[in-house]
Amino acid sequence: MTALLETRALSKNFGALRATRDVSFKLEQGARHALIGPNGAGKTTFINLLTGVLMPSAGTVLFKGADITQIAQAERVKLGIARTFQINRLFRGLSVLENIYMAIAERVGAAPNMLTPAGARRDVIDESMDLLTRLKLADIAHKTIPELPYGRQRLVELAITLGLKPEVLLLDEPAAGVPSAESHIILDAIDALPKSIGVLIIDHDMDLVFRFAETITVLVRGAVFAEGTPREIGANPDVRSVYLGQATHG
Amino acid sequence: MSMQAPTAPNIGTNPAALALAKRHRLRWWEPLPWLLAIGFYFAFPRYLGFGTEMLITILFAISLDLALGYAGIITLGHAAFFGAGAYTVGMLAKHGIWTEPITGLLLAAGVAGLIGLASGLVLLRTTGLTLLMLTICTMGLLEELANMGADYTGGFDGLDSLPIQPVFGLFEFDVLYSTTQYLYVLGVLLVCFVFVRTLVYSPFGHSLTGIRENTLRMHAVGAPVRRRLVVCYTISAALAGIAGALWAQANAYVNLSVLGIDRAATVLIVLVLGGYGRLYGAFVGAVVYMVLAHFLSRLYPSAWQLGLGLMLVAIALFARGGILGIGATLLRGRTEESGKGDVKGHGAP
Repeated sequence: MTALLETRALSKNFGALRATRDVSFKLEQGARHALIGPNGAGKTTFINLLTGVLMPSAGTVLFKGADITQIAQAERVKLGIARTFQINRLFRGLSVLENIYMAIAERVGAAPNMLTPAGARRDVIDESMDLLTRLKLADIAHKTIPELPYGRQRLVELAITLGLKPEVLLLDEPAAGVPSAESHIILDAIDALPKSIGVLIIDHDMDLVFRFAETITVLVRGAVFAEGTPREIGANPDVRSVYLGQATHG
Repeated sequence: MSMQAPTAPNIGTNPAALALAKRHRLRWWEPLPWLLAIGFYFAFPRYLGFGTEMLITILFAISLDLALGYAGIITLGHAAFFGAGAYTVGMLAKHGIWTEPITGLLLAAGVAGLIGLASGLVLLRTTGLTLLMLTICTMGLLEELANMGADYTGGFDGLDSLPIQPVFGLFEFDVLYSTTQYLYVLGVLLVCFVFVRTLVYSPFGHSLTGIRENTLRMHAVGAPVRRRLVVCYTISAALAGIAGALWAQANAYVNLSVLGIDRAATVLIVLVLGGYGRLYGAFVGAVVYMVLAHFLSRLYPSAWQLGLGLMLVAIALFARGGILGIGATLLRGRTEESGKGDVKGHGAP
């Protein structure tokens, strides 16, 4: 069976630093996959290779079996590969609704239109409001980003990405920086993601990873160190020693 | 979407959705600048030359606002396009090739737009200070070109006594009594303004704001960022070209000052003073700047720019949104939620 997103022997060098080494990885349709690894393991570099922000030094990226290694970032978004950022990347001066509108207008092809008002695209506004309602953001749709608590801002980050209707969703530390009192709104939103989307989540938060993931890939110094179910990974003594830091036998 | 959506009952009444749906509608005060401009025509017939200069500055500042205020393209070389438009009209008229004013404007817009497109394709790969320097370089190159090509451009002396046909074949340009110029420029300004206003409220304009607010995110939502910027820069250049062409037609001469850094800096000051990314900032800025310059230079002929400089420092330190930004803040303070987003265009900083 063809994987939704696949890499074959993917490598990325920054000068002498081998940030990604020979990573062969598969994300299946509807997967709930987690990517973990110690600081500097190359997790974000790997995401940047998947999304086309960086071009690999060697290897290929495939989407539904088709080679997309040379395809630019914007085109990959159109194919259905979307991401959230580890640090919020929002349109801070705009309202929450206008933030979502931006993504949906881009997806439905409304954005190049110069001659009719943005407000006349009721379909885009309605879809934005639907999405915000689903994420329980509708009552703050008029607020600008700096007016929101950080947890809500993370949710807007997710909402923009969902507005792209991705088939592959890459979540880069979705709960990072969110106070624990608010983190449940992120977790609930992730739980409620459509089952058909293949989700790859990168996180340090082991509670989140073990609650969410069906498959875990451990990345160490740019290479795949281990892969398996949460139970296998949790029981793997090597993983425990290099990553979980709970080694008692060494 | 495959996720089952609980359809919200409040989509039609949500204040944010309503605000966005109505954002482009004409507000009650929007005819005011035009009424004032017509009032000026009747009230100050002796100052129509000054008024014409003011209207041209407004158009030039609007063109800059599109690039700088909306799309966030940092430029200090916008006079390149103003000058390209002015020299297009000037050279065509002086050499007897083309003297009809309205088609002249279109030709000027075309030439300036082409230069904007060509330079934009290269320049807009860069950002920040590099971009700023490159825009100045582009302008410097054009200025030097105009200086060297004396056979065509008149060199340092420029081209004067440009023969420009009457508007519609009826209304003569007269340098001493600028009635034709004033109304002609006002009409062109109105047409250009309606175009820019339509543009900034369109989904395209919204996406330009997105690029200004967060370029990285625009890439991540699949927007062809560079193409959008180049298109915006080209349109902005064409509008600046029209402003320059109007200037050449109204004054019946063109010289190197149309390509100078002074002109580029002045228009930037005008826009910052009025408030950038706000559509009407160009109007307020141009009027305040030119009126102040007029009176200050009478009061203190030797050091009048000091007053403007102090005012600009105050704006930069305390009122980033310019004069319109101050107005918007006061208005919001008074009416809280309801007045919000009234004056500011797309939530400029």
